[in-house]
Formats: sequence, structure tokens, C-alpha cells
Amino acid sequence: MSIFADRSTRLLVQGITGREGSFHTRQMLEYGTSVVAGVTPGKGGQTFEGAVPVFNTVDEAVRVTGANASVIYVPPMGAAAAVFEAADAGLPLVVCITEGIPVMHMSRTMPFVRSRGIRLVGPNCPGLISPGARAKIGIIPGNICAPGRVGMVSRSGTLTYEVVNHLTKAGIGQSTCVGIGGDPIIGTNFIDCLRAFQDDPETDAIVMIGEIGGTDEQNAAAFVKEHVTKPVVGFIAGQTAPKGRRMGHAGAIISGSSGTAEEKLAAFEAAGIGIMRRPADVVGLLRSKM
Amino acid sequence: MDIHEYQAKELLAGFGVAIPRGGVAYSPEQAVYRASEIGGARWAVKAQIHSGARGKAGGIKLCTNEDEVRQAAKTLLGKRLVTHQTGPEGRTVHRLYIEAAVPIEREIYLGFVLDRKSERVMIVASAQGGMEIEEISERSPDAIIRSVVEPAVGLTAFQAREIAFALGFDAAQVTRAVTALLGCYRAFRDLDATMVEINPLVATADGQLLALDCKMTFDDNALFRRPNVSELRDYAEEDPRESQAAEYGINYVALDGEIGCIVNGAGLAMGTMDLIKHAGSSPANFLDVGGGASPEKVCNAFRLVLADAKVKAILVNIFAGINRCDWVAQGVVNAVKELKPAVPLVVRLAGTNVEEGRRILKESGLDLATADTLTEAAEKVVAALKATGGTAALGGQGEVGGGNGKP
Repeated sequence: MSIFADRSTRLLVQGITGREGSFHTRQMLEYGTSVVAGVTPGKGGQTFEGAVPVFNTVDEAVRVTGANASVIYVPPMGAAAAVFEAADAGLPLVVCITEGIPVMHMSRTMPFVRSRGIRLVGPNCPGLISPGARAKIGIIPGNICAPGRVGMVSRSGTLTYEVVNHLTKAGIGQSTCVGIGGDPIIGTNFIDCLRAFQDDPETDAIVMIGEIGGTDEQNAAAFVKEHVTKPVVGFIAGQTAPKGRRMGHAGAIISGSSGTAEEKLAAFEAAGIGIMRRPADVVGLLRSKM
Repeated sequence: MDIHEYQAKELLAGFGVAIPRGGVAYSPEQAVYRASEIGGARWAVKAQIHSGARGKAGGIKLCTNEDEVRQAAKTLLGKRLVTHQTGPEGRTVHRLYIEAAVPIEREIYLGFVLDRKSERVMIVASAQGGMEIEEISERSPDAIIRSVVEPAVGLTAFQAREIAFALGFDAAQVTRAVTALLGCYRAFRDLDATMVEINPLVATADGQLLALDCKMTFDDNALFRRPNVSELRDYAEEDPRESQAAEYGINYVALDGEIGCIVNGAGLAMGTMDLIKHAGSSPANFLDVGGGASPEKVCNAFRLVLADAKVKAILVNIFAGINRCDWVAQGVVNAVKELKPAVPLVVRLAGTNVEEGRRILKESGLDLATADTLTEAAEKVVAALKATGGTAALGGQGEVGGGNGKP
């Protein structure tokens, strides 16, 4: 039905009583996500909106509620520590929404996360949503998504909404939409998602939304050529971006001559990935390939 | 954030990296004073702008007496230096660094970067310093040494020694090279840098190992906890609109096109720029208002865009997830009433509270065009620009598909 999140997801929210955390927890509950616990140190014993028990530590929350995934809305300075805590508690899926984490924090956190075999999505991402399972982890608006068989993976938030909206309006639903994040160091990359979508019997085609900076899209294109038999279409944002300037996302920067949109589009082309010139092209391209 | 060469040198010297004697000067008189203070018989007068390749652009002058120092300083101060990193408009020189010239025997390249693939700090070194790393990797890719640092352990002396020996240093120099390597790594880690580059690191005839040119870049996300670094910010090196944007909490990058863009989200902002190009014009800026944009913030975004004299039309594109279209619409209405832009305006709203947002725009009675999709919005704004006699470039017009992209 989906990747990473489904009906068996029992979600824990780190930073549940904060401004962002409480707003989005309400949205996730409304959508139908099974939110079983919240964590805010010092607020253990409270109940969020009369429905979700709040704990002081992730470890305690997991022991009491059997949570098997976490979403992090903790402010930047404490967010990497929150990832550590979730990984240490053994949660197999951790989604970090927070934007603005110092990159040295992430560099120190990743070896621990990798050594525990944990799937970290983000940071600086909109999270993921599996419409068929009514499972939403993060901030992607539920009302623009619809259940279906197209998998989506993207480095951007709002550009993803743009593309999903086109799909839904054309009657094309999604198995799972994953926002992998715009930072230079992220837990889950395009290839991780492509592999999962390829292996998911309920996904028929894949949409990739990339942007300038780094080589993740190029590596993903090579992976598609070798290992993905399902149709893939893609978009690269930043074709008009100048070199050496950071375009909003910490990772969206063309360094030297590496990471340009042309380079990424050429890699897509070589791998047989259908190239969307505009977000609106997604519908026609997918229909022609499916 | 970037800093000047002399600032990077001061920081690195604090971590044990050896540098030649030097001092900052803001006038020819100060330059002469610095030279006499440093002593010796040869000095380099170096223009301080945020760019490499300053030597090639005539920004570094070797002098052998006080008159030459004074003359070099006079020539450089106020001069516009153009390098391949500054763009054609160049950067004006406001500060000089006067430095003792040293007898160079060997030039080494030494760089510390955050490597996205290994998710760790990577040391990049080459025995062929003095040229840019891109050039080295093109000419002799095998001559580049790469070494990744384990974050939990940090750079260890043995790893630094491996690099130093691979660079061909003799036993006495290796000790100095290890000091430099460890110092750079500690500076990188403790100051939240994203790049430290010494190019060249020079071995002198009298056996010293000195950092001759240094460059450091810092993680914007960590600046708030590094006040000693953030106070080194030089606003003269930045586009004034970009500094203003930072104060508004808006992500803004000035470009050279004609259509001002106000968008939410970095990816969508880039996508919007791209679609303007496809529709036959070019964007004047990248602008991301972020999440939870209040009417006030949207109004500030208009202030930024309108401060650019090149802007001949404006496109507002909002796909509200955590934003609210009604707030954005109110911001647009306030901005138009207050700032009275003399250029055509196209507004595209989608997502949360879109009906309310559209109602606010409609009931305002203001002269603005609306669009339902991004493609339509981009085409409308380019058409409006052309109708005003703007100079939209030809090209990008031949695309088939139009509208919603259905075949």
C-alpha cells in the first residue's frame, strides 16, 4: 500500500507541546494518523488535547505506548539531540521536520543513526504521507493528496504540493509522498526511496522532484537505469539559479561547476527518466509512460 | 557567511596555524605605517574582498619600499576588482591587508570541506598549491589527497601525519604541517565552518610553513551561537537588499532579470523562476517568504522586490500548506495600497484558505491579475510585461503543451 508509513505506524511526536508541534499534531490526528505519544521534557504526565499522553523521555514513551515511529518538531539547537534520543530508544523510523540545524550537529549525529540501522527522513523536510493508509508524518497537507499508486520523492516541500495537486486533480492518487529535505546532510536519499518504491507492490510509477546542488539526483538516475523497472518521471528546480549562491535550502547551491540543473537533467535523460519541464507536465508524462 | 582573508588568518592563528606578519589598512598612510611596523624589505599589499583569484585581477601588489606601498594602496582602495567569482560588476576594495612577503620554496593546497557523501569533514590536499582546486583536479586528479575525519574521534595526529608525509614534507616540516592541519580542523569544528582553505600553504627557504592565503565560510544555521564569527560580517560585501531581507526573515537572492518573484518555499521559488524563463522572460530574484507568512511579511517582500529598479512586473506564487492564503492576500492588498507599485502584478494562490484569499483580492477592487495554476501565472506575468513594452527575451515561446500540460 505504501512505503515507510502505513496502518501499523504508531507515531510519537517530539516537541508535541511547542507551537509547531501542537499545530501539526492536531492536523495529523485529524487526518487519521495514529499518534500514540508525545514527548516534551518536563511536561510528562500531561495529556495533549485530551487524547495523547505526554512523556518526559522518548524511552519511557516507547516502553509505555509501543510507538514505532517518531516525528521531530524540536527547535534547531535541540533537534539533532532529539534525533539521537529517538535513535537510542530504537525507533525504526524517525522523521525530522526542523529547518536550520547546524550541519556539524548532523555530521556528528549521522554515524550513530547509521550504526543503529534507523531510517531517518530529513531534516529540513515536510515529512511523508501515505494517503491510502491515512498515515501522515509531518506537514504535507492531507487535503491535496489522494490514495493511489504513484510514489513521490522530493527535496522540496511546496514544490511537492504543486506536483501532488496536479496529480490529485487529474485523478491520479499516490501510494506515498516523501519529502527527503533540502539540507546537505539528510538521512534518506533518493535511492533509498526509489528502492522502496520499486519493491512496493502497490506502487506503479515514481515521480522525482530534485533541485540544484550535490550529486544525489545523478546517483539516483544511475540507480534507476540499473534497478528500477517502473516508469520514473522527474523535475529539477533551479535551472535559472546562479552558481555559488545558496537558494534558500542549505543544500541548494552549485559549487564550482558541480550540481547544476543541466548536469542532473542529462543524467535523467541518460537513465530514461521522463523529464518534466514544468510541474504541470507530470500528468501527461505519467499517462504516456504507464 | 564569508569573511575576509585577514579575518580568516586571525582566526586560524588563534588555533596555532602559522601566518606571515601583517596588518589591516584603510588608507595609504595606514598601509605605510603597517609596512614599517612589520619591518623587512618586501611587502604584499592585498585587496580584501570576498573573492579568490585576486592576484590575477590585479588585487595583490608586491612592494619593496614605502613609496611603492603608498602607491599600491592608493591604486587599490576604491578600485573595483573583477574576478570570475565576483561576476562582471566586481567588488569595491575598502580594506587592505599589508603582509610581509616571504621567500617561497614550495606551495601546497590545503582544504577542509563538509563532504555531503561521507557526511563528514573531508581534508583535501595537494602538493601542487597556488592554483585553484578545480584546476588541480582537472590537470592532475591523481595528485589530490583526500582524507575523511571521523566526527566522534576528531582529526588525530597520525591521520594528519599521513597527509603531511603524502605531501612530501621532510621530518622537521611534518611536525609543523601536523600543527597546521590540527589547527584548521579545530577551527572548522569549533567555529561551525563549512569550508577552510589555505592556498597556498608555503614552505619558506628558512624552514617555516606559513598560510599565505586563507578563506573560511561559515554555516549560517550556526552563526547565532558564534558571536565572535558573526560580528565579522561585512555588509559592504553584500547586496543591500539581501542584508535587508535577512532582517525581514526572508530568503532573497538578487538576480538580473525583470520579473520580481514572491514565493513560499525554496523549491517552489526556484521552480517559479524556471517557469518564468520557459515563458520567455527572466526572474529578477529568488524570494522565499517561508512558512507562516504574515500580511506584514508579505508587504516586506514587496518592499524588497520593488527596491530593485530592474523589476518590470511582479509574480506572487503561494502554495499554502502551513501558510494561509487569506493572510497572503491581505499582505498583497496592503502592499499595493501602501507602496503603489507602477508595474503589472499577477497573483496565484493555492492551498489553505484559498477561497478566502481570492475573495479578499477580488473585493479589494485593486488592479491585479490572478491565475489558478503556476503555468498560467508565469505566462500571464510575461504577457503583462510585454504589453508594457518590457524587453522580455525571445525564446522559450515555442513550447507546446501550454495550459495544464495534458497532451
